[in-house]
Amino acid sequence: MGGSGGGGVSGEIAIEGSSTVFPITQRVAESFNQDNPDVNITVGDAGTSEGFVPFCEGETEISDASRPIEAEEIQACEENGVEYIEVPVALDGISVVTNTQNDWAQDITLEELKQIWEPDSQVENWSDVRSEWPDQPINLFGPGTESGTFDFFTEEVNGEEGASRTNYQASGDDNVLVQGVSSDPNAMGYFGYSYYAENQDTLKALPVDGVPVNPNTISSAEYPLSRPLFIYVSTQALEENEAVGPFVEFYLQDGNLTQFVEESDYVALPGNTENETRAQFEDRTTGTIYTKQGKLPGGDIESALKQSK
Amino acid sequence: MTVETRQGQGSGQNLWRESRARNVRERLVRVVLRACAYISILTTFGIVFVLFGEAFTFFQDVSIVRFLTETQWTAGFATTPEDGEFGIIVLAWATIFSTIIACVVALPIGLGAAIYLSEYASAGLRRWLKPALEILAGVPTIVYGFFALTFVTPFLQGTILPGIQIYNILSASLVMGVMIIPTVASVSEDAIYAVPRGLREGAYALGATKREVATKVVVPAAISGIVASFVLGISRAVGETMIMAVAAGALAQLTVNPLESMQTMTAYIVQVTSGESPRGSLEYETIFAVGATLFVMTLLLNTIAYWFVRRFREVY
Repeated sequence: MGGSGGGGVSGEIAIEGSSTVFPITQRVAESFNQDNPDVNITVGDAGTSEGFVPFCEGETEISDASRPIEAEEIQACEENGVEYIEVPVALDGISVVTNTQNDWAQDITLEELKQIWEPDSQVENWSDVRSEWPDQPINLFGPGTESGTFDFFTEEVNGEEGASRTNYQASGDDNVLVQGVSSDPNAMGYFGYSYYAENQDTLKALPVDGVPVNPNTISSAEYPLSRPLFIYVSTQALEENEAVGPFVEFYLQDGNLTQFVEESDYVALPGNTENETRAQFEDRTTGTIYTKQGKLPGGDIESALKQSK
Repeated sequence: MTVETRQGQGSGQNLWRESRARNVRERLVRVVLRACAYISILTTFGIVFVLFGEAFTFFQDVSIVRFLTETQWTAGFATTPEDGEFGIIVLAWATIFSTIIACVVALPIGLGAAIYLSEYASAGLRRWLKPALEILAGVPTIVYGFFALTFVTPFLQGTILPGIQIYNILSASLVMGVMIIPTVASVSEDAIYAVPRGLREGAYALGATKREVATKVVVPAAISGIVASFVLGISRAVGETMIMAVAAGALAQLTVNPLESMQTMTAYIVQVTSGESPRGSLEYETIFAVGATLFVMTLLLNTIAYWFVRRFREVY
């Protein structure tokens, strides 16, 4: 274990990627900087896809991701000789939210979500979803195509990654989405759990297929839109940049990870999974644990991590 | 300091003497000044070159006919040129629509303010009112944007327009109108103030009232300057970016309902460039096509204005 990182390291760490993972990494960076003021860490939140572009060109040391790396990105990394360690750091549930003044919608099904969000969706009013809901426009807010949340949601809900209706307020800035939904009674939106948890006074999360979104249902994967969040660490950066190793060790340190994750309003990995995650990094196991179809061998992260050895 | 003084004295002594050093200095100044004049022209050529060069690449993927005739804009969701729609009319209309609303606010108020300042206000009042108006022009546009989003929209929502969406073109355009007032007022006030006193006094001598002098003599005499101020204001509205990006939302839709969100051409460019669209990707290419369209629009506007000002200029 690297302890608190030694306190003596210096260097620059560039991190880009998911705006969902951003709050965790940002917190870690701030905390790490207290002990290691000479390390210059920049954390971006341009989106998962936007993060993998510079990562696979060797321009960033670490990439935040709210979905596993994809075939095209794996190829881009390979072409540039960038090898990486995939480290699951937390669990998230994509929250489907409305305004608190919305007194009609109390829950929603995956089928209805598909009807609303699928390409060329005909849903214009709330009553188009359920006839007992009012005949008022449904104003939609969601992340843009650069977002891992967008990729995951379209895959899970519409059955195909990237397949989505296009006439909604798309923003890569989750705070814009929060502001939009929390000031419009007719709004519906989706984004990471953290942004809902921090704005519970102005947002209402709808249970999906009868399961409410909360740390328990996310952890048990009962909530249908729950998913792991990752950081990807470049092995080249680990060798060449003395600050990267201590930083990731600090990130994953027993006690630290759970605390950072929970402070950012996400759900910590179960204890065993966290240990496997740590082992994954310490053994420098490269590559993704996901199959080509984007599935986890063994069904959950823990067994997938074990199998990857 | 001391060095400067000594130099000053030195050149004073040499003032009447032909010297080589002096000639070189003269020529140097001329070269520097000429460079200043050409640098902006060269920059413009550079911009045009890049803009239309990249736009040309885009039009090889998406035909210019599709660009001009399609009625949806889904460039952000398109992975191939075939599965997206690239109707520039969606973004262009948002720009035109917001400009119209802003002009409805800015042109009458700006002109009214100019007439008041020049014809009615006392000299003392004018001395502090005009700079105060010009301070408005110094407010950064991002501040106007947040003012629209966090004050004007909630205010409209709570009072006369409960159905207005949080991101909407109306608040953004109204605030943009306020932003342009000083431009219009200041430039047209200069034009009105420059109308010779003799014209006014001649009209008074014929028994005209103050209102008649202002509206029937002074304003027509200053019309070319006033139109120039209008065009300047319109150009600012067409090119305005931050207010639209912050307060008007990012929904590219073709509508005439000002209570809904629309995406102007400038706001679209901001949205694409604030992410990291890989160079050469289709989405990256679209911003040059959009930028080129914006360029053509403002060029057209300025050409019309130039023609108008020349045609109607009153020479005294």
